[in-house]
Amino acid sequence: MKLPFLSRYSRSFLGLGLLLAAGLLSWLFLAYKPPAAWTENELRMISSLSLSSLPALPLDASNKASADPLAEELGHALFFDARLSANKQISCASCHKPELRFTDGLDKAKAIGQSRMNTPSIVGLAYSPWLYWDGRRDSLWSQALSPLEDPQEQASNRMYIARFVTEDPEYSRMYHSIFGELPDFSDRSRFPDNAGPGLKTVWYSAWEQMSKEDQNLVNETFANVGKAIAAYERLLVPAPAKFDQYADALLKDQMEPGDIYSNDEVKGLRIFIGQGRCMECHNGPLFTNFEFHNTGIISYPGDLPDRGRVDGLREVRKNPFNCQGEYSDRDPSQCLELIHAREGIELIGALKTPSLRNLAGTAPYMHKGQIKTPKESLEHYNKAPLAMIGHNETDSPLGLVSFELRQLEAFLMTLQAPLEIEQRWLQPPQ
Amino acid sequence: MFKKLMLLKIALFLQMLVLNVFAQQESTSVLESEKGFFRLSYESQLNPIVINQMHSWTLHIVDVDGNAVSDAEISIGGGMPEHNHGLATAPSIKTVGNGNYQLQGLRFHMMGHWELELTISSGATEDTVVVILDL
Repeated sequence: MKLPFLSRYSRSFLGLGLLLAAGLLSWLFLAYKPPAAWTENELRMISSLSLSSLPALPLDASNKASADPLAEELGHALFFDARLSANKQISCASCHKPELRFTDGLDKAKAIGQSRMNTPSIVGLAYSPWLYWDGRRDSLWSQALSPLEDPQEQASNRMYIARFVTEDPEYSRMYHSIFGELPDFSDRSRFPDNAGPGLKTVWYSAWEQMSKEDQNLVNETFANVGKAIAAYERLLVPAPAKFDQYADALLKDQMEPGDIYSNDEVKGLRIFIGQGRCMECHNGPLFTNFEFHNTGIISYPGDLPDRGRVDGLREVRKNPFNCQGEYSDRDPSQCLELIHAREGIELIGALKTPSLRNLAGTAPYMHKGQIKTPKESLEHYNKAPLAMIGHNETDSPLGLVSFELRQLEAFLMTLQAPLEIEQRWLQPPQ
Repeated sequence: MFKKLMLLKIALFLQMLVLNVFAQQESTSVLESEKGFFRLSYESQLNPIVINQMHSWTLHIVDVDGNAVSDAEISIGGGMPEHNHGLATAPSIKTVGNGNYQLQGLRFHMMGHWELELTISSGATEDTVVVILDL
């Protein structure tokens, strides 16, 4: 084609101009992905946090019904059954509310009485070697037994619960299929209505009058109730969140996936794995190492500071339902966590690291709900105050400025996700 | 200018080689104790070692002449010097024989620089091996 009205030079310019315009247009239509600005070590850290790195759901060797589908069903029913409590109004789900990611939104749990501690979530706890803020139990099943008898929580007793579950037509049928022979508690002279050690005086003295064999039969049945509840709780695991999408896309292509994270969220992640030092405790795909740390949390108004793990370790060792106890299904020599539990002054005032997944749905925070918002929590770690008891491990202020704290919070909000479970498990069975 | 760049490239290449050698050493190396009395090699049940998982190691200890040390008493210490805290667990030692020992109950609860101090005593000799782990 000849364009006689244009000089040769002008034609070259026109050509260049067209090329440039085409380039600009293609820019609009082709997604631009800048190369990942992460170092290899940072990518390794991001990968370690992704749910894709989460190992398969572990079996609890101390609970032979750990993955029994029928035990999951029985546990599901028991979890929502308020008849297990003294006043028939409190179930596990009264404090571990499915709609609040199995927490209750309160500073300290309220059941029949006022509990001492904040209700922790159950989600992902199948991966935790320790239960409770101070680790005073070492399995989901032994934990599930505690609130049933705690006078401030369900305030019942093991004799009542063992009989109730094994005499209820529906439950006894399931119990029989899971655990075998049903115990016979029909002789009231041997098995009173209510009995249990360390509980209110009438129940305690009734327990003391029972023979060792009868006590043992009740304990065994009671432990099985816990094992069924644990089989259900084991199923509660988080589904992938926006962070996991980002991490997986980033690691697959080694390119910044521009359309998943905002700039603030990327920067927040960078702070999380770097200067924020969050990963020292909130590591692994569940954003917790399930270990005990003193982070200088101020005690609850009117309460003495909690001694934390120091007391928890003492209690778990003497608990008859621990991994080495006679109701555990595990070879005692294989209870490695209990055998190798560390002691020492570092554990004074130390409490278990909670998961950060679903942070937004689980306020208030810390072992007594002392901190109300994620923002306040980040400010706490940024300041690193002196501990009231023991020594604050995070003893140097982080030196993050306000916009960095905001970015860190933006990142933390990308850890929201529903549970990786069918809806029917999140409500009472039909 | 070109020469300088070439020199830089060669330097980087050499550094890479050195780093690679170190990286390989981590899993197979023989570590010498501080005063030189013992040499220790170890094999972890977990390979690579990851955080938050309980596991054990097999240790092998020899003296300066390469003879297996089978009567050693080993005490375990260490932690993360940068964070000023100890180990997450209280590991223990089981003697296997022929200079082999099982180090049980290890679980590292953070990524980063760990130092595991194994103090070995055999007869009148006592010496410490520091195993360095970057997780």
